Amino acid sequence: MTNAAPLHAALIGNPNTGKSTLFNALSGLNVRTGNFPGVTVEAKFGKTQHDNRTIQLIDLPGTYSLAPRSLDEMVAVDVLLGQKANVPHPQVIVCVVDAGNLERNLYLFTQLLDLHLPIVLVLNMWDTAQNRGASVDLDELRKRLSVEVVTTIAAKGVGIEDLKAAICRAADRAAAPSVPRPAAVDAAVQALQKQLPDGTADFLVYRGLMDVDGEAEKRLGRIAGGNFSEQLRSAREELTNAGIRVPAAETRWRYDWIRQLLAGVAVDTDRRQRTPSDRIDKILTHQVGGVLVFALTMLLVFQAIYTWAGPLVELIEGLQAFLGETVSSFVPPGILRSLLVDGALAGVGSVVVFLPQILLLFLFISILEDCGYMARAAFLADRMMAPLGLNGRSFVPLMSSFACAVPGIMATRTIENWRDRMVTILIAPLMSCSARLPVYVLLTTAFIPDEFLGGWLSLRALVLFGMHLVGLVFAVPIAWVLRKWFFRGETSLFVMEMPTYKWPSPKVVLGRLKEQGGEFLMQAGTLIFCTSVVVWAAGYFPEDHTAQHEIQAQIEAAQASEPVEDARLAGLLAQQRVISGQLIEQSFLGRMGHAIAPALRPLGWDWKIGVAVIASFPAREVVIAAMGTIYSLGGEVDEETPGLQDAMRSAKWPDGRPIFTIPVALSIMVFFALCSQCAATLMVIKRETNSWRWPIVTFVYMTLLAYVAAGATYQIGTWMS
Amino acid sequence: MNTAAVMTLNSLSIGERGIVSEIEGHDAAAIRLMEMGIIEGEEMELIGKAPLGDPLEFSLRGYRLSLRKQEAGRVRIERAQ
Repeated sequence: MTNAAPLHAALIGNPNTGKSTLFNALSGLNVRTGNFPGVTVEAKFGKTQHDNRTIQLIDLPGTYSLAPRSLDEMVAVDVLLGQKANVPHPQVIVCVVDAGNLERNLYLFTQLLDLHLPIVLVLNMWDTAQNRGASVDLDELRKRLSVEVVTTIAAKGVGIEDLKAAICRAADRAAAPSVPRPAAVDAAVQALQKQLPDGTADFLVYRGLMDVDGEAEKRLGRIAGGNFSEQLRSAREELTNAGIRVPAAETRWRYDWIRQLLAGVAVDTDRRQRTPSDRIDKILTHQVGGVLVFALTMLLVFQAIYTWAGPLVELIEGLQAFLGETVSSFVPPGILRSLLVDGALAGVGSVVVFLPQILLLFLFISILEDCGYMARAAFLADRMMAPLGLNGRSFVPLMSSFACAVPGIMATRTIENWRDRMVTILIAPLMSCSARLPVYVLLTTAFIPDEFLGGWLSLRALVLFGMHLVGLVFAVPIAWVLRKWFFRGETSLFVMEMPTYKWPSPKVVLGRLKEQGGEFLMQAGTLIFCTSVVVWAAGYFPEDHTAQHEIQAQIEAAQASEPVEDARLAGLLAQQRVISGQLIEQSFLGRMGHAIAPALRPLGWDWKIGVAVIASFPAREVVIAAMGTIYSLGGEVDEETPGLQDAMRSAKWPDGRPIFTIPVALSIMVFFALCSQCAATLMVIKRETNSWRWPIVTFVYMTLLAYVAAGATYQIGTWMS
Repeated sequence: MNTAAVMTLNSLSIGERGIVSEIEGHDAAAIRLMEMGIIEGEEMELIGKAPLGDPLEFSLRGYRLSLRKQEAGRVRIERAQ
């Protein structure tokens, strides 16, 4: 039991300091994730106990600096200033630093001192630093800083109790003195503060003065009204005239202070000496060897999510079919059975089916990230991403999207820059994922002649290859447009730390897997499930299904009878397929297909294709089953079913012309290459961007693009033939 | 090469060191470079290049930082011994 008010502490630190591992070690299983309105960052909340006192923790996103330049970066500042709704003002700041890289890590610490809150300085990865030969005089450091200093090895759970005790002690201590700022800066901050309402934090005014065009400046502009930026500008000008160049001067005095602080406290190895990590890099970033290792690693990752996930997916689908049959044996044909089997079970299946790919991808990403290789992969892939205006960090998410955009979009969390992350998320669904393949295969086999160009190049293979390229080709101008109009302002930078290599910790890797899987199921999963059920309902209602259910009952009776009356059963099945086809035509989905039919004429499509496209909104591959139902072949067809291919080949317009020609087949394929018929992708975008705006933007732009490109394909194809 | 002429970080060869003298501009990119510790008087060494010669990997303040040629070109240096 607790006997005191809970203590609120915030964790903050540079990337690559093991901060998240430390947070997990502190909070154990009591973790929940929280979003903030209007931004993509999220914070994790946890709690722990020390001496009967509850410590409430918030884990802020890793950052190199507390000089906010975007709304995302402003979140940490607002939390630390106690200005974020529903987040209590932290009483203690826990600043996590890499014990082996104190100098640069302490830069953030010097900014935290300006918040005038008690701080615990955590030197994490203490063992690695010591093995490297670095040593720190902890007592002297405590004396010079007047803050609590503890050492931890978060991956091994060492030092966690010390840290908890230090947090509790810190709460009763006064804040440590800030890094002294030049008298002229101090005077300028005080003068500016007089023009602002009482209670405006000194920190905010200081940052507003120092960060040209930063978030703090914008915030002050809103608080003060009028033309506050003008006043900041003239204050900066005065400082420059006094010999203090904003902003260069600030980084200078902070780093000078750090160097003085560490003199005689921290003994590092000779900095010019090559470390073991450098020797590994000699191979892994080598012009030839490095590229080879990179290519093999990426091939392995891709192979895993593209191929190895297959059997697991089949297992899930098998389980779903088994459960469906079990339910059907208890529930007679009717709306309840349809809701349970085709609505709910299919909905759950459509969520769970993504888990194998997500878990496999994150298994690799977590290992590569934890050992330090992800930064090297980004380093090696950087030039390849240049045509998209992105940096190397986007390579793995985009490559993964060729298998499946859902884990690919989730993997964009490794992209630090907000703008690059958003552009990557929005173009990832254009990559030709494995769900498009059945659609390509069906139409290619049915309509593209099995000929060889020049005697050796298969026409079918060429079409398949082309379909995989279409999205990638369109991604280039779309990324450009997004950068130009949607995400202006923040420049794309590639200033990336190359962390020291280390062995990945199984605890960290498994923890990450559990977190990603759980979050997907709970957050995106519920939305995907709901979409599936809504689309089921649109395909079921408003028609009367009595006749269909009666036939289904007769079929089941015929199947159960001994001996099975084959002829009668075949007749019933045929009758059922016809009724199912009629029912889908008259359902809401079918009516929508008919309603949009005029708009589909320029694409060369009839209403049946329209219905199939609408029915495939939850997932592209559903289009094949939908086609099967519409063409009265039943829903159990796949892309290699000859019956479906025949039915499509013999489909005719009322005037007798065939519906499916090569231009129509190509136009459908181009449409499916570019459209966003995947509810899971849209819901994951909603979850990752924390806004409905981006899934809507994605759906609209991809659908328009798909429509125009499919129309152009049909028109050009018709004109050429 | 004339050592008195202005040199930038991207002109170092692998294994060469330079002392930072100035960063051009004061936009977000320049500030980020400074926050990462690229400050006047600091020694930096080029320790590697990606396959197509870009980006570059530097050693400074006891850690490794990778920069594109474009950003590295904004950092003026003097050759260190």
